[in-house]
Amino acid sequence: MSETSQAQHDYNYKVVRQFTIMTVVWGIVGMSLGVLIAAQLFAPALNFDIPWLTYSRLRPLHTNSVIFAFGGCALFAASYYIVQRTSQVRLFSDKLAAFTFWGWQAVIVSAVITLPMGYTSSKEYAELEWPIDILITLVWVAYCINFFGTLVIRKTSHIYVANWFLGAFMLTVAVLHIGNSMVVPVSFMKSYSIYAGAVDAMMQWWYGHNAVGFFLTAGFLGMMYYFVPKQAGRPVYSYRLSIVHFWALISLYIWAGPHHLHYTALPDWTQSLGMAMSIILFVPSWGGMINGIMTLSGAWHKLRTDPILRFLIVSLSFYGMSTFEGPMMAIKTVNALSHYTDWTIGHVHSGALGWVAMVTIGSMYHLVPILFGQPKMYSTKLINIHFWLATIGVVLYIVAMWMSGVLQGLMWRAVNADGTLTYSFVESLEASKPFYIVRFIGGLFVVTGMFIMAYNCYRTINAPKESIVDNPATAGA
Amino acid sequence: MDQGTIGSIFTVIVFVSFVGVCYWAFSSRNKKNFDEAANLVFDDEETKVSNKEDQES
Repeated sequence: MSETSQAQHDYNYKVVRQFTIMTVVWGIVGMSLGVLIAAQLFAPALNFDIPWLTYSRLRPLHTNSVIFAFGGCALFAASYYIVQRTSQVRLFSDKLAAFTFWGWQAVIVSAVITLPMGYTSSKEYAELEWPIDILITLVWVAYCINFFGTLVIRKTSHIYVANWFLGAFMLTVAVLHIGNSMVVPVSFMKSYSIYAGAVDAMMQWWYGHNAVGFFLTAGFLGMMYYFVPKQAGRPVYSYRLSIVHFWALISLYIWAGPHHLHYTALPDWTQSLGMAMSIILFVPSWGGMINGIMTLSGAWHKLRTDPILRFLIVSLSFYGMSTFEGPMMAIKTVNALSHYTDWTIGHVHSGALGWVAMVTIGSMYHLVPILFGQPKMYSTKLINIHFWLATIGVVLYIVAMWMSGVLQGLMWRAVNADGTLTYSFVESLEASKPFYIVRFIGGLFVVTGMFIMAYNCYRTINAPKESIVDNPATAGA
Repeated sequence: MDQGTIGSIFTVIVFVSFVGVCYWAFSSRNKKNFDEAANLVFDDEETKVSNKEDQES
């Protein structure tokens, strides 16, 4: 790098650029897989009788690629960017940063190869077999060292709140991954969990729910606490509220896992504890949402002209919606209706597509021009089109799943006067078919939006210098 | 000690910690610090990258 033309800070933007581009690439891959398997649910012939393309093998690939490839790359990009800029110092180690990038891509490529081949530990969101788990651990430790190392050498006196959330996400994910992946390997690609029975189930959902709580929530809240104030051009609504938000959220989330195991062999008191903690979790979740949205107070007009800010704020609205829905679904009597139905799928996607994907997309639109030395994205109009495609797609998706889920729940629990079931399973499946088609269409909207994003990013990155002119009225960064 | 007692003690500790965090966050003594921290987002703004080559490593 040239020594002479450096500004006062010399940030490592290379790794941020790499992860940013891969966020868009893996987003397209993961969401397209989702659309394919959504289509398989109403048109099963779409697996073409090829084992590698069956629903059972592609579904874990879909979840792994959207959570860990798309979401993971976004978190790496955002955390490396935020920690440098709020600490006003270059990353602790460029070599470790490069290792985390290539290591993480290797993990994803291994998933793309092994999951369709049928290698799986059968643990949801932790399907990858033990050799890949070890690689994940190595990458994660390097990531933690690099992130916390950067905080140690920071030039500012405070650690900005976004870094607290990102740090909690990294440490907790390390503990969760190592705890849940404890296995006895029996061959190169086969292992058995060291936990048995109900304990194994509890470990799995302690991991599974905190993958939601820390990977998909705390990490992305860190993103929110940086990019919302930045894009809005004003500091967060209440920094004090963000501190209470942080401590309350991280101390409550870890207890909520048992709500995935209502009415199972898990002890009753554990189920009730999980339910109570899940309900309380509503409070810090909404505290954070209100803090993010109120950052715009006095500047609401910016939403009219800035589709990037619209992405960020609508993501918070979806966050609020799904963190109301979640505690409600954790109540045992509600869960008796909702569990194992499409309602759960709808809930997950209102969080994943509405909150996680939208806050990511907004942040990436903010980042791409800065990272590639352009004043703004190639086309604001295309961002706006993407915004509407994403919003309409998510709404179609979740409404279809709510209707299908409640219908399934009611049909499954219906009994005749003599105690026999009123409906067979296949009858409920037939009733769900129209909703599966609507869900597929919603997914298509979302993927189309991602392709538009990729085109817009490509044009921004490759635009000749000075060809994109910033209009001060809509300036964000 | 049985499980109930441990649970009660733990609940009290968590509650006291929560009140402590709230006190710390909202005490007027810390207001200035937190206002400074909130503005960290904008503190390095003059260093926005303007040239592609500058940051290539």
